[in-house]
Amino acid sequence: MGINSKPVVFAVLSAVVILIGTVVTVFVPLLMPSTQPVSSYVKPYTAVELEGRDIYIREGCNNCHTQTVRPLRTEVLRYGEYSKAEEFAYDRPFLWGSRRTGPDLNRLGGKYPDSWHYKHMQSPQSMFELSNMPPYGWLAANRLDTSNSFRKTSIQGFGYTEQQVKQQIADYQARVTASNYDSKTTRDLVTPTNLRGELTEMDAIIAYMQKLGRDVKSLEAGR
Amino acid sequence: MKDNGYEYSVVRGFAFSALFWLVVGLIVGLWIAFEMFNPALNITPWLSFGRLRVVHTNGLGLGFGLAGIFATSYYMLQRLTRTPLPFPKLAKVHLWLFNAAIALAAISLMAGMNTTKEYAELEWPLDIGVVILWVMFAVNVFAILIKRREKQMYISLWYLIAMTVTIAVLYIVNNLEVPVTLFKSYSIYAGANDANVEWWYAHNIVGFIFTVPVLAMFYYFLPKATGLPIYSHRLSIVSFWSLIFAYLWTGAHHLMLTPLPEWIQTVAIAFSIFLIAPSWGSVMNGYYTLQGNWEQMRSNYLAKFFILGITFYGLQTLQGPLQGLRTLNAFFHYTDWVVGHVHMGTMGWVTMIISASFYYMIPKITGREIYSIRLANVHFWFILAGQLVWTITMWIGGIQQGAMWKATNPDGSLMYSFLDGLTSLYPYYRIRFAGGVVYFIGILIFGWNLIQTVRQRPATAEA
Repeated sequence: MGINSKPVVFAVLSAVVILIGTVVTVFVPLLMPSTQPVSSYVKPYTAVELEGRDIYIREGCNNCHTQTVRPLRTEVLRYGEYSKAEEFAYDRPFLWGSRRTGPDLNRLGGKYPDSWHYKHMQSPQSMFELSNMPPYGWLAANRLDTSNSFRKTSIQGFGYTEQQVKQQIADYQARVTASNYDSKTTRDLVTPTNLRGELTEMDAIIAYMQKLGRDVKSLEAGR
Repeated sequence: MKDNGYEYSVVRGFAFSALFWLVVGLIVGLWIAFEMFNPALNITPWLSFGRLRVVHTNGLGLGFGLAGIFATSYYMLQRLTRTPLPFPKLAKVHLWLFNAAIALAAISLMAGMNTTKEYAELEWPLDIGVVILWVMFAVNVFAILIKRREKQMYISLWYLIAMTVTIAVLYIVNNLEVPVTLFKSYSIYAGANDANVEWWYAHNIVGFIFTVPVLAMFYYFLPKATGLPIYSHRLSIVSFWSLIFAYLWTGAHHLMLTPLPEWIQTVAIAFSIFLIAPSWGSVMNGYYTLQGNWEQMRSNYLAKFFILGITFYGLQTLQGPLQGLRTLNAFFHYTDWVVGHVHMGTMGWVTMIISASFYYMIPKITGREIYSIRLANVHFWFILAGQLVWTITMWIGGIQQGAMWKATNPDGSLMYSFLDGLTSLYPYYRIRFAGGVVYFIGILIFGWNLIQTVRQRPATAEA
């Protein structure tokens, strides 16, 4: 048998054979606009939301939570409108997940007030006694590191200027530290005194939670 | 000595590295299995489920799996080509760098440096390290094949060539990322494309680490351990080429009913069903090899490992395509059913075959007899029982959860909250943990048996 005594030819032929399916199902779709459509109603993350997303990534939240609602009746009933490709145009990496130990989060934004999240992150068991989610109260003890925020948004291609990024961070800080912030009591409860006037990792991840599915919901509300 | 100049110290080094990472990975596995029904074990951020789960998967997939593959590959390559390793020093550096990389991988993942792309979670400096390690391995693979003294390349070598080429393509394409800092990067792909690239990678990394090289071991060590030639050479040719062709089309069955374009999902379903044929080609080749000699299941402890291993491979490759079907997937996806599926492959097929290969290989390279066949039998029954309890429990739990997610009241409203579905699984999680403990004891016996084997005095000089 010819090819079984020619290792280099064998390797080249193997490469060709594995590349056929790869080209058709992976490389070609990369070049098709229909695979990753972009729509104007979907807005990129703000710098703070992106920092929150990076904390979600760091903590491996995707190991238990999905972010795709499938077009199935009970799924839409449970979570809301099913997910569309254009919603993920700014997701690098994607965070669809593969296992639902916890519920899907793709329609979480706006479902609960910030105070709910502060309380829940601090101690999921205080709200759902039998929940197996790890507590994340320690996020509130970490000052949010924004030193790379501008670099991150520009690598992501969100198109913000450095000034805009600073403004977004300052605005969000002003919002959550204001005396009339609707979730002030709970935030103060979970945040150490010395950080109450600053942005914490907890603030950022909650900003991200509230962004999830928000654009779709405002589109629906505007109809 | 008949082993003129063969390099076996690297084989031995990788074999015991595999054993070490297997034990570490299983301890982490038990830890997170406990966290699933008792979150109090999430003591510090470093030990929280979200970070530890990837230490478990990477530690076992990359640490145990790859080390086992390198050990057996360096052995099979030399034996099947009747040629000593061309660059033994390179292989030794490979061994040390490999272990350093796995240790760094575990630490960095616990520290939260994690790209989230499954089985590709390592951050970019480690990705570069992995590519360098792979090149170091590939140099020896191709050099020995070119220098070989045996003209025909045996089946196992085909699988090793396919693995060497494919892993390189998969790893590089999926890990293309833009660094933000030394410890952080962003994928160059976005959204649906990122998902498509990732699951093409993830499905095939499983295929080309947990299937292809393990089949190489199976085709080599089964005939060696039983003294029986492989049933059909022709069947193995057909199985090989159709397997490596079809595998790469099927990644999107992991993305059923997501926003990925429907045609990619449908193509993946079709090729998944097709994959049953080459998979079962190898299963049948294994069964027929024992034709007329089935008494070896009683008389030869290694035959049990190989035949049960290939049986779980056969079940795995039936279950996989079936749960990829759209309607079944709508029910099973995101539940513990899939977790059970994966663990039948890893705990049943991969570990069974690597165990048996080591039992055959370690005595050969050290000139000693296996320490205890009796302990090997105990090891076999523990990992078999542990795995069955583990996987069957997860299948039942998965069916239950899938049903509870779908259940509606007569008025059309949902019958159960999400939390109802989760908490109903806790009894299963406890049983799963117990199954894991049984399995872990089996692995400890395996390790003990191998360590005692190499600690013995060498058997009276081999003729």
